[in-house]
Amino acid sequence: MADQAPLICRDITKTFDQLEVLKGVSLETRKGDVVSLIGSSGSGKSTFLRCINLLETPTSGDIIVHGDPIRFTNNRKGERIPADNKQVEQIRSKLSMVFQSFNLWSHMTVLENIIEAPVHALKVPKKEAIERAEAYLQKVGIYERKDYYPAQMSGGQQQRAAIARALAMEPEVMLFDEPTSALDPELVGEVLRVMQSLAEEGRTMIVVTHEMAFARDVSSQVLFLHQGVIEEQGTPEKVFDHPDSERMKQFLAPNF
Amino acid sequence: MFDLKGYGPELLDGAVVTVELAFLSLALSLFLGLLGASSKLSGNRIAYGIATFYTTVIRGVPDLVMMLLFYYGGQVMVNSLSDFLYDHYQIDFFFQFDPFISGVVTIGLIFGAYMAETFRGAFLAVDTGQIEAARAYGFTRWHTFRRIMVPQMLRHALPGLGNNWQVLLKSTALVSIIGLTDMVRVAEEAAKAERMPFHFFVPVASVYLLLTAGSELFIKWLNKRANVGVAQGAQNA
Repeated sequence: MADQAPLICRDITKTFDQLEVLKGVSLETRKGDVVSLIGSSGSGKSTFLRCINLLETPTSGDIIVHGDPIRFTNNRKGERIPADNKQVEQIRSKLSMVFQSFNLWSHMTVLENIIEAPVHALKVPKKEAIERAEAYLQKVGIYERKDYYPAQMSGGQQQRAAIARALAMEPEVMLFDEPTSALDPELVGEVLRVMQSLAEEGRTMIVVTHEMAFARDVSSQVLFLHQGVIEEQGTPEKVFDHPDSERMKQFLAPNF
Repeated sequence: MFDLKGYGPELLDGAVVTVELAFLSLALSLFLGLLGASSKLSGNRIAYGIATFYTTVIRGVPDLVMMLLFYYGGQVMVNSLSDFLYDHYQIDFFFQFDPFISGVVTIGLIFGAYMAETFRGAFLAVDTGQIEAARAYGFTRWHTFRRIMVPQMLRHALPGLGNNWQVLLKSTALVSIIGLTDMVRVAEEAAKAERMPFHFFVPVASVYLLLTAGSELFIKWLNKRANVGVAQGAQNA
């Protein structure tokens, strides 16, 4: 068998109380894919991303990470929950997430933030973790800030540190949840440039974004979500230039 | 110079008892506080119920009453239990309540309830994104608690903890009631014998003041350390 798909999601649904946020979303990635999830607010794209690493438990559907399907069971109230916390922890360490509001641990320096998960979740020896962290800090261009605390840096620098933290896990797939939405406009570029270089290296990425130029130029697959379903899906050329769906046309109208 | 009429060494011993009592009670109350706060936040209904019962009862009864109840009432209970076990099962079991241990346990129990509320508030003040990031990176629950939640919670808890500590330190004076020879008890006896209350209580008051003022400085320093990522950022901003 050739390269195993890093991530497959089948028919993911998610209901909060009465509200059905996802109505069956599927996604299959190949190694090196950059998938952009676009859509208006409330379309379910962030919820879908959070279902992938089980920050939200999908109401139904399968998630298969590198051939390993996540096992579910029901609790006493009949709600679906992951069957094996060890498996969840292990899978999460293969899918590192970059958050909209960075979520760097504020009581740790940048370097400490980056080595924490490799040392404690992956059991990488500390010395090796530090070397790895320093290499990734060079790569995202904030090596000289390694001993700063998050609050001492700009938003763009914090987000680049958060990307270095994600890279240090050497993940199968990187999940980006609107990584530039909390940034001042002049800081968006530095983060997008780092993400673009990651895409060029062939890293598998799933990116929830409002940056249409990024989705169009960098991704290999674009998913347009509307009210919890995929309205349009395909290559950027197909989705942006020849959309079938009326909604996608409307969504694009103000951008072009 | 201030003449303590030969009571000096005894007062000093009493002061040592006060400090020992305060620190041991503090350790117990911090442990109970963390346990209580974790139980309340655990989502487990039984743990929540027990912790709520504990904090409600303890915080609703005066410290002095608790102390008398525990020391005298506790001994009566042990006595009846001992009689019962011996009469029915021939088990020989007995222990005498020691005023020092009773003091530590009572003060620890009382302040554990206040600490639990302080810790609970502080845990709730931790930004959920910080915990979510830990989950997303495959941390176990214990690791998230130890490495992320506790250090972040401390920053919010310290002011409240400092307050509780000062009240706790002063509450140790209550143990003189149950016969422990702490410095208050020594001063009381000396004051009666010599008929010089001012002469003996002013030094005692000064020792308390010294201890509380010293702790205040220490807590300030701790606070600065706990706020390291935040405070330095604010300075730079």
